[in-house]
Amino acid sequence: MDPQEARNVIEAVDLHKSYGEVPAVVGIDLQVTAGEVVAVLGPNGAGKTTTLELLLGLRSPSAGRVTVFGLPPHHVAVRGRVGAMLQDTAAPESLTVTEMVDLVGHYYPHALPTADVVARADLLVHASKRVTQLSGGQRQRLSFAVAIVGDPDLLFLDEPTAALDVHARQAFWEQAREFARLGKTLLFSTHNLAEADLAAERVILINHGRIVHDDTPARIKSLIPGKTIELLTDATTDQLETVKGVQQVATLHDREAPGIRESSRPGLHRLRLQVAEPEPVLRAVFAAGHRVEDLTVTEASLEQAFLHLTGDQGDPATTAPRTRRH
Amino acid sequence: MSTTAMPQQPDLMSRPVPGLGGFNLTMLKLEVRRLLRNRRTMIFTMIMPVVFYLIFGMTIPAGKQSLGAGSHGNVSAYILISMALYGAVLATSSGGAMVSIERSQGWSRQLRLTPLSPVAYIAVKMLAAMTLGAASVLAVYVVGLITSQANMPLAQWILTAFAVWIGSLMFAAFGLFMGYLLPTENVMQVQSFALVIFAFAGGLFVDLTAMPGWYQTVAQFTPIWGLNELVHAPVSGGVDNWAWVNVAAWLAIFVAGAAWRFRKDTARV
Repeated sequence: MDPQEARNVIEAVDLHKSYGEVPAVVGIDLQVTAGEVVAVLGPNGAGKTTTLELLLGLRSPSAGRVTVFGLPPHHVAVRGRVGAMLQDTAAPESLTVTEMVDLVGHYYPHALPTADVVARADLLVHASKRVTQLSGGQRQRLSFAVAIVGDPDLLFLDEPTAALDVHARQAFWEQAREFARLGKTLLFSTHNLAEADLAAERVILINHGRIVHDDTPARIKSLIPGKTIELLTDATTDQLETVKGVQQVATLHDREAPGIRESSRPGLHRLRLQVAEPEPVLRAVFAAGHRVEDLTVTEASLEQAFLHLTGDQGDPATTAPRTRRH
Repeated sequence: MSTTAMPQQPDLMSRPVPGLGGFNLTMLKLEVRRLLRNRRTMIFTMIMPVVFYLIFGMTIPAGKQSLGAGSHGNVSAYILISMALYGAVLATSSGGAMVSIERSQGWSRQLRLTPLSPVAYIAVKMLAAMTLGAASVLAVYVVGLITSQANMPLAQWILTAFAVWIGSLMFAAFGLFMGYLLPTENVMQVQSFALVIFAFAGGLFVDLTAMPGWYQTVAQFTPIWGLNELVHAPVSGGVDNWAWVNVAAWLAIFVAGAAWRFRKDTARV
């Protein structure tokens, strides 16, 4: 083991995992150093959960190897240093929040004080409620409490905000960031791009079981060559798709532009275009005699970068070349 | 990507692995509390055996009659021991049911991520179930004492209570085997049903001497028969040696089954 490898919290080399004939992970190489906050981003079925399960030692790889703190992930010394929030785990229902956290805390050699953990997960007012009495969001926070009670140096969160509304999401990431600020290493999976942008300093983009990109959120966004145009127009989606330089056309609904009442603009609808260069496209639209109102041109969002980079939607010809870190 | 002045790797040795695979008394306390809060478990293990004793042990016309020459108790005392055994095997098998429920809810995956060893996890469950079993035996015996129809010498009260409690550990292995075999929320019902069948077949709920010969023959091969014979030995005054064989064989089957499923479950696939 070289010194760099010794410093890595996570070291995965050429990980493969297949379920029968179905490959889920095909050659993942990953190094995470202490203190990093990493998002594993990808569409459903991309291999995010399998990757996390391999890193957690819940599954063993078909090929390749993984070490955590320089040891196999299921080593008991590693278990005392790692916390995880898994999907679809229901805590035993007959205990209260405090008892639950206390119980799991007693499984660890150096647990945090139960009351501190309950406070950190924002569950103080629900501390004496039974698990059965908790709402979905509160249960999610209990899972978070259970994940951090062992004072882990490395925390895994598998789609932690999947069941939460927007406000609960923001509150959750506030708690998670608070924990990461203590010098912890944090690795979470999500298919919500805004979350990766919000919470992570490094984004690992996974699709079809391999890493297609590994960079900062800003760099990933900058990889998109194009811009986004939003406008009200009488041109149809079909007409616009034939315009040279248009990569993608999407219809926007009222709720995305609450200030606009479509009924007051008969014949006009709100569209979002993904384009390489905005000027030639707009020139073509005006030249065709279409009406254009309420026009905005912006940099591509991470959402669009994501679709672009994974090549799952849109014109395959516009997909950026896939890169892999070694 | 570059990282600046990041925290260093922690010293893994600074957190020694706790002894006993992570077992401690707080876990036991909280696990027992979970069992006590489960209404269905409480009804099955604490109330039903007492009610059965009050119905069958107290109202039987021959209740006050001696069990016969060489015996040390009356018929009511015999039924008291039977009902205590029934409650105790339900209680100890419920530990296995908890394992099953935690597996079906995905909670056991969360537990695998903790430093708690699988053996310590099972040990906590078994000890919690044994605690409930002790409470169940105690409840039946206290009711037996208060109603004062069951009659046996003091030594027999104590001896049979311990025999029932220790003997019921055999069904902790049964519960665990079933718990691993049937990962479902309904495992407790399945177990209770199986135990009722065993209780009838093995002579715990029926007087085997009043049954036809074929019934008596079959009974000797069923899981509760041997244990039932042994726990009654202090009052009945003698024991069929085949009872030891029966207990040894079924205990071996339950332990082997539980160990087989347990190993399969904890294998890191």
